[in-house]
Amino acid sequence: MRATFMLGEIGNGLRRNVSMVVSVVLVTMISMYLLGLGLLAQRQVDTMKDYWFDRVQVSIFLCVDKSLYPNCAGAATTPAQRDQLQAQLEQMKPTVKDVYYESQAQAYARFKEQFKNSPLGDQATERAFADSFRVSLNDPGKYDVIASSFQGAPGVGKVQDQKQLLDKFFTFMNVVSWSAISLAVLMVVCATLLMATTIRQTAFSRRRETGIMRLVGASNLTIQFPFIMETVVSAIIGAGLAMWLLYATVRYGISGYLSNALLDTAFIGTADVVLIAPWVIGGVVLLAIFTSGFTLRRYLRV
Amino acid sequence: MILFDTVTKSYPRTTRPALDSVSLEVERGEFVFVVGQSGSGKSTLLRLALKEEVPTSGTILVAGRDLATLPDRKVPQLRREIGVVFQDFRLLPNKTVFQNVAFALQVIGKSRSIIRQTVPETLATVGLEGKEKRLPHELSGGEQQRVAIARAIVNKPAILLADEPTGNLDPATSIDIVALLDRINRSGTTIVMATHDEEIVNTYRKRVVELRLGQVMRDQSRGGYGIASSVVPHGERPRPRSSGMPPREPGMPPAEPGMPPREPGETGPVTRQRPEVSEVTR
Repeated sequence: MRATFMLGEIGNGLRRNVSMVVSVVLVTMISMYLLGLGLLAQRQVDTMKDYWFDRVQVSIFLCVDKSLYPNCAGAATTPAQRDQLQAQLEQMKPTVKDVYYESQAQAYARFKEQFKNSPLGDQATERAFADSFRVSLNDPGKYDVIASSFQGAPGVGKVQDQKQLLDKFFTFMNVVSWSAISLAVLMVVCATLLMATTIRQTAFSRRRETGIMRLVGASNLTIQFPFIMETVVSAIIGAGLAMWLLYATVRYGISGYLSNALLDTAFIGTADVVLIAPWVIGGVVLLAIFTSGFTLRRYLRV
Repeated sequence: MILFDTVTKSYPRTTRPALDSVSLEVERGEFVFVVGQSGSGKSTLLRLALKEEVPTSGTILVAGRDLATLPDRKVPQLRREIGVVFQDFRLLPNKTVFQNVAFALQVIGKSRSIIRQTVPETLATVGLEGKEKRLPHELSGGEQQRVAIARAIVNKPAILLADEPTGNLDPATSIDIVALLDRINRSGTTIVMATHDEEIVNTYRKRVVELRLGQVMRDQSRGGYGIASSVVPHGERPRPRSSGMPPREPGMPPAEPGMPPREPGETGPVTRQRPEVSEVTR
């Protein structure tokens, strides 16, 4: 009886207050969507770090004929210079974990494979690539050791640290992620204030009911429960829609498009959305309970 | 049943206390009229008994509970033993008569079977059989007040507080409503009714407690609305009665009409006093 009565009261409240409920749902949805994007961008950075820091290498590009690197002076690296560099690298173990030689033809083939779906792959010519030593380090931070030994050495065009390239990318991703999270925080503030306003207004429009409930001796919980549940239900709907939107974004935007376009990068998938969803929804429920409890304490005398 | 011991209540930002060391005892099963002008403290008295307000000083016992030590979470339990009726009925306009009365039971978690049994019984008690499905605006003022009374007594409270229940009703209807309250009183419910309806007080000859400017001016069994001879000078207020229900003796001497003379220097809210003075002395 009591449960049916309470559910009826909550249903009535939601029906009578449709416009406010819709606004709470939408604001919650947008804030949780942004928060979700921020969190997913963080996960993307983590995923890529895991993926890349295993593979990060220092590339020592050698000179090719008519090379544009100033150190090459237009001449290709001779086989003797190449053997010299190889030997020097082998000596540097254990700083150097592994060395392998990639020829111009191999580099070209790898590029063609990577960009087979992209017009870039068709435009590139073999001459745009250089022979290189791919050096993986035991500690990716020890790049300086390699750079100081090989930068400017005979036959070396350029020493390039992939980690530096990646760091730029990760910095960018972090900025995106934190921007999204900052916006989300603003929107959460917005959602909280809107919930509070909604409850204030509802409490005012139902002061007759609550006054009677108080007089006939209804418990505080009975009086406050419908208000709290209405907020919680609106918030859950909003957060649910946000997670659904986020799922769709990842499913069609990343898994369905980006992953196919950029094959050699690890991307987050829908599993990550499923992973963060319970936390986001749980957080929203707590927020709704806390906000409504606090507002009711101020605006609903019991 | 209700005991006020030197209770003073001052509202913030006022100079004169709303109640000034009021001592009063209401026994189980009594029917008490609390009379006095607007601003004399009648409503404050009732609100204090409900713990809607907390006294500035003094002790209040209601239904065996000391309200000062009653924790907030136990206040609902107290209010379940007290029914309240107001001048403005306070019905829910979108609920039917039945639903309005049932609401009081639903929100304290009573089962559907109890509601189905109790609500029609109570509606019969107040004389509203056959009007269960009406909405409040389809009823007369007297009928609306009957619904409010039904809602107040549906949980069978020990005490019924009525704050000017006839204030919005015509004289004939007012008599009916008080007759109903009298019937409820005879079934054992203690009733405290604040009113300034002279005719009713004079007709029923119940115990009368007169408040003026927050002080008990008169506490008289079988009293009339205003009896000049019964005015006790300041400082000699009568002690709270401790006898039980006043006997219903026929042939009581009629009340002398007229208000007790106002003491010099007393000031009350002027705007609301005028009509009452004329009403009393008409």
